[in-house]
Amino acid sequence: MFWNLPLFAVVALTVVGLATIVLKKNLIKVFLGITILESAVNLFLISLGYREGGIAPIYTNAPATAMVLPTPQALTLTSIVIGVATSALLLSFAIIIWKRYGSIDIDKIRRLKE
Amino acid sequence: MKKILTAAIFLVLAAGLCTIPIFLTFGQPAASDMDRYFIEQGQSQAATNNIVTSIVFDYRGFDTLGESIVLFTAVIGVGLMFRSLKGGEEYEDE
Amino acid sequence: MRMSKIVRTGANLLYPFVIIFGLYVIMHGHLTPGGGFQGGAVVATAAALVIVAYSYEEVADIVRKVVMKAQESIGLLLFIGAGIAALIVGGPFFYNFLANSGLLFGMPVPPGPNPGDLNTAGVIPIMNVAVGIEVWGGLAIILLYMLSGLEKEGS
Repeated sequence: MFWNLPLFAVVALTVVGLATIVLKKNLIKVFLGITILESAVNLFLISLGYREGGIAPIYTNAPATAMVLPTPQALTLTSIVIGVATSALLLSFAIIIWKRYGSIDIDKIRRLKE
Repeated sequence: MKKILTAAIFLVLAAGLCTIPIFLTFGQPAASDMDRYFIEQGQSQAATNNIVTSIVFDYRGFDTLGESIVLFTAVIGVGLMFRSLKGGEEYEDE
Repeated sequence: MRMSKIVRTGANLLYPFVIIFGLYVIMHGHLTPGGGFQGGAVVATAAALVIVAYSYEEVADIVRKVVMKAQESIGLLLFIGAGIAALIVGGPFFYNFLANSGLLFGMPVPPGPNPGDLNTAGVIPIMNVAVGIEVWGGLAIILLYMLSGLEKEGS
């Protein structure tokens, strides 16, 4: 079972992220669960391009010439930056909700409107 | 009772997701003609040593342009939410 | 909301080294792992260090909002300008017209593993600098707006 360790880590991170989003009551913890789920997807993208016995695809002082695939690494860079943009907007929403309602418990926010 | 039901649902989800590591070949990627072209021709066409940077900025530079615009839009959104309304009113609909 | 004296002294000593390391990662993006986005995030960490160690009223004179807004816009305009300059010379949009020629960054690269040379890789170092400036301005603006929106409430 140890030759596939990155893929088992992806499954563990996905289940932990989904459980945090569904079961927790604090708003900041729900946003942390969203970040954990995005980390799981990025790890899955990178581990799809692994070639056995390969080095990083850079020619500066390279010790060998068999390289891993470089295209999934380029796509993961874009995905990480989009995750940063999403987290920034979500945390701004949390600050505005705290200023308006006084608490960030999702059971109390629903009932204060009426 | 509710906690046992929740734990059972998440265990079924984890067991269903575990078919991905078992049936996926880890060390041999499936079809890689495009990456073989990038590794062999990247040093003479883009004149770099770093193949990943030449893919991000030269072969697929359009995706990097879209990503810069997404980052710019996020900064505009954050700046829009913390503005101060003039005229003494707190919220727009009251 | 000032931090203690140890935190302030540590931030005073550390931020030049973090800025120099971030600029090194941006400039050598075509030789070693790194590039525009990674180096811009490292330099924004230096700005975040100074913002966290001092309170917002002291920092608002040093890291000003107008300078960071201008920096972000100049970075994006430089990135698009590097693409339009390829249209003027002749060729499609975003064409690497400086590689393998004799101009600014245009020395050819010998094939196979080699120690790298800074003079290579065409229009890619210019795009690295543009994206680094944009990410630095963007992340610092997000931090400043969030901190000012939080401290205006008072509690």
